[in-house]
Amino acid sequence: MDPTSEEPAMSVASTTREIGDEALPSRGKVGVIALIACESSLLAVFVVAYLFYLGKSLSGPYPKDVLDFPLLGTIFLFTSSVTVVFAVRALRRGASSAGAGWLAATVLLGVGFLSRTAREWQRLIFHDGLTISTNLFGTTFYSLVGLHAGHVVVGLLMLTVILGCAVRGALRPSHAERVELVSWYWHFVDVVWFVVLTVVYVVGR
Amino acid sequence: MSGKGRQWGCRRSRRLGRILPSVAGSWFAAAASAREAVEQPNIFFPASTPAYAIRELSWLVLGITGAIFVVVAGLLVYILVRFRGGAGSEGTDPPQIYGSQRIELAWTLVPLLIVVVLFLTTARYLFAIELTRPTAGALEVTMVGHQWWWEIRYPALGIVTANELHLPLSLPEGTSPTFITLQSADVIHSFWVPQLAGKLDLIPNKTNRLWLDPRRPGTYVGQCAQFCGVQHAGMLLRVVVHPKPEFDAWAAAQRSPAADEPSAHLGRQVFESVACVSCHTVRGTRANGLFGPDLTHLMSRTTIGSGVIDNTPEHLRAWIDDPNHLKPGVLMPAMALSREDLDQVVAYLATLR
Amino acid sequence: MSAITGPLSEGEAAADAQRPWTSTLHEWAMTVDHKRLGIMYVLGGLVFFVVAGSEATLIRLQLIHSNNTLISPQLFNRLLTMHGTTMVFFVGIPIVFGFANYLVPLMIGARDLAFPRLNAFGFWLFLFGGLLLYFSFIAGDGLAGAGSAPDVGWFAYSPLAGRAFSRGHSTDFWTVGLLIAGIGTNATAINLVASVFTMRCPGMTLGRMPLFVWMMLVVSGMTLIILPPLTAAQIMLLFDRFLGSHFFDTQAGGSALLWQHFFWFFGHPEVYVLMVPGFGYVSEIIPVFSRKVIFGYAMVAAASVSIGFVALTTWAHHMFTVGLGAAPNALFVASTMLVGVPTGIKIFNWLATIYGGRIRFQVPMLFCLAFLFQFLCAGLTGIMLSVAPFDYQLHDSYFVVAHFHFVLIGGLLFTIFAAIYYWFPKVTGRMLSERLGRWHFWLLVLGFNLTFVTLHFVGFAGMPRRIYTYPADRGWDLLNTVATLGVPLQIAAVLCFVVNVVVSLRRGAVAGNDPWDAWTLEWGTTSPPPAYNFESIPIVHSRRPLWDLKHPEDPDGPHE
Repeated sequence: MDPTSEEPAMSVASTTREIGDEALPSRGKVGVIALIACESSLLAVFVVAYLFYLGKSLSGPYPKDVLDFPLLGTIFLFTSSVTVVFAVRALRRGASSAGAGWLAATVLLGVGFLSRTAREWQRLIFHDGLTISTNLFGTTFYSLVGLHAGHVVVGLLMLTVILGCAVRGALRPSHAERVELVSWYWHFVDVVWFVVLTVVYVVGR
Repeated sequence: MSGKGRQWGCRRSRRLGRILPSVAGSWFAAAASAREAVEQPNIFFPASTPAYAIRELSWLVLGITGAIFVVVAGLLVYILVRFRGGAGSEGTDPPQIYGSQRIELAWTLVPLLIVVVLFLTTARYLFAIELTRPTAGALEVTMVGHQWWWEIRYPALGIVTANELHLPLSLPEGTSPTFITLQSADVIHSFWVPQLAGKLDLIPNKTNRLWLDPRRPGTYVGQCAQFCGVQHAGMLLRVVVHPKPEFDAWAAAQRSPAADEPSAHLGRQVFESVACVSCHTVRGTRANGLFGPDLTHLMSRTTIGSGVIDNTPEHLRAWIDDPNHLKPGVLMPAMALSREDLDQVVAYLATLR
Repeated sequence: MSAITGPLSEGEAAADAQRPWTSTLHEWAMTVDHKRLGIMYVLGGLVFFVVAGSEATLIRLQLIHSNNTLISPQLFNRLLTMHGTTMVFFVGIPIVFGFANYLVPLMIGARDLAFPRLNAFGFWLFLFGGLLLYFSFIAGDGLAGAGSAPDVGWFAYSPLAGRAFSRGHSTDFWTVGLLIAGIGTNATAINLVASVFTMRCPGMTLGRMPLFVWMMLVVSGMTLIILPPLTAAQIMLLFDRFLGSHFFDTQAGGSALLWQHFFWFFGHPEVYVLMVPGFGYVSEIIPVFSRKVIFGYAMVAAASVSIGFVALTTWAHHMFTVGLGAAPNALFVASTMLVGVPTGIKIFNWLATIYGGRIRFQVPMLFCLAFLFQFLCAGLTGIMLSVAPFDYQLHDSYFVVAHFHFVLIGGLLFTIFAAIYYWFPKVTGRMLSERLGRWHFWLLVLGFNLTFVTLHFVGFAGMPRRIYTYPADRGWDLLNTVATLGVPLQIAAVLCFVVNVVVSLRRGAVAGNDPWDAWTLEWGTTSPPPAYNFESIPIVHSRRPLWDLKHPEDPDGPHE
């Protein structure tokens, strides 16, 4: 067999292979989907715990006393999913400065969401006296919202790294798929926020 | 009774070479105990209705699984013998059979059918055991699990005791069953007396209900069956089943307040003045602690330390002096009493029949 | 060790012999090659196996007769916790994922897994987690006081594992060690899923993959779903213990059962994660040593996938005695009995494969045949346990201990040994000794059955699990002594195996590419394979590419 007919061993994530008539998906896409499945399972358990302990706290403060619907933070986060889509599209067609701009917007919106969460927690802890050890509501609230916030932080770190690459002009259209994979993770974080919103701020209050 | 002075697993260093002689020694001890009235536990020798029901169901289960084993293992042996490749089997490969939809369908449907039959039978017994409700003649008992002893209360009879459960005989079957409410004061425990019923857990912040229907008098042994800490192995349980008149007599004796013999007054004073009273209750005295077992009728029980050692004054003395020596890890501290105080307390406790 | 990196030219071989050992060590420490990582996983798992086996030996010695005082209750509880934890997380998982690491790329005609660096990351997380767990022995009071190794059982039920009842940090070593190792396992599962879906060689549709690859796909998929719940529960436990939260705090209204639900939602499918790869080994080995294609490939694959799904619904059969109620119990009876059907079907498929074949009774096949008998027993005792009222008696007794050791030793360990004897030639280029292998096999069969058949009856006699000693009047002495007598035989068996491996590495017969006359792709390359696996990526036209090459007049394709 002609050695040059071999496929390179470690190809870029976007290389697809073909078997018969079907095209195989890219490694990166399957990997990120598997990761999202993993994370969904992890967060689902915290959601289950939250729902299970609804109404079971032996003492206050209770959700309806202290929770306000986080409208601004939610708008920030959902908008950031839109901006990241624009960023990927811009990168794909080679408009790297536009792409960098949309990425920066995404990061800023994400930071904005985190700051809203921080303000909410500051009020809950110092004004309402709700901590993770206060009661079952505190336990499940801080762990679920906190775990989501942790995922936001990780996503922001990845986006910031990519933003840095974009600012330095190192981002090419061939990198667009990898950026898209990170954006999938970011969309996942948004979907989780939607679930947390429903469970904590709608159903739970 | 576990042999003369045989200590409960206390921590002395033992070299491996001494295991074999003590194996022989323990067999003698086991033989000696066979002379006692305690029935050796075995799930196939039931003495109470739920245990009988389980055994009945188990015949079906063992029958089905046994038949499956005989058929499949027999088939495997046959195949191994018939198709063993002898010498000269190298070379040509036998005909390659890739599958057969019909055969595979058959061996999917048959197991499914077996599963359906087994499930329906199981469900019937499940619901029957679960849905049994107390009758008029039923006795109510509440048991609270502690690390590592059993608190036993008969609310209607005004009795509080520990580690030894006394029950009335229920003959004819079902006329005077006992319903036990199971709770826990700390971690998860499990009530298991194999000859009387299947086990059920004692879970903090949850109440479970178990029923027994003893049909044979005698003493049955069981123990905690859910790992609950250092002395999980030492949370033993004795269940004594009496014919009704005997049970009533026992209950009347248990209901009475603690004995107050003048000869033991000094000991009672010592008892009431040291820390004993903060953990133990002796009805009719100042002692009303709830952390440890009720001692009002301590000497009516066969064992101390929840079954780990026989209840004799010598053992009682050793227990109070340093319970950790007899049951390593136990939560009762060594009382550090002087020799005179210890003698007097033991003398007092020995009157609490 | 250079024998395992691939065939070398003379000049290279000479230079290799002069390389300092530090250079070789560095190469292995920095490797991202799936074959080396696979070997490291399996070796690591085998080392932990010896450690956990020693813990079990001490346990059996303590239980040899009633009222024994060889080991204190504190040490005993640490031993039983560490034995279970080590065997599941640091023996079973690394070995099955190690085999997958080595074999999956070769079997699908790829050069490596999808994410080689993630692969290495997963291995080092496993190793670090295991070392952290064992560091607990010396991290507390020191060895004489048995340190602070965890002592809450491998399942760490609450509230026993909470702050109030588990003082000090022993439980934290358990929690954090497993959390770290679990992340590594998740990473490997992601890697395998991505590899199987995206890196198969031309012509290898999903329906043409070796059954072992199917099994690993199912196992990896299951891992992705079930391991995070354990991680989540462990995070919750850490919050409870360090931040004062109340997830499992019954005093604050929390539920002791919540931990059990989360743990067993992981725990039950986990045992399938352990066992199904064993089904994979057997599905590859039995056909080769019967000289017949696997009977009903599609059914075996489908049955494995259905096990993956149904197993997710069976968890509360570990909780039959907590008082969930008759209706929930009945549901789990149904799902548990149901999951036994696809498992049982596979046994029939294997029997039908051997039927009409020409059986070669070499050591890999011997281990597979013993597996068939023993796993049959394991499955049947599992059916007994699924009958909830019967389980009310058998739960938490030695019957359960006997059942799952029949699954994990009689089933998994025997298939692991079969796999080692089968693939050792491929990995090292040398054959293991048949003679020593037979000694290994028969000593293990005898010792294992002596111990664990006996323990079924100990369970019938009412002996609960996890007790460090028992009174003399229970009638359990004789059975326990008999069970302990099986231990030295099993130790001797493992010693035979170790000697076999050490001796054969140097003096075993040279294997060649395909010593067993097998049919999957890994036998089409050298033994050991070169770092790049295949000179050129193969193109396949059926499930048995090498059969097609060896039997051009009757290829598999039209029959499938």
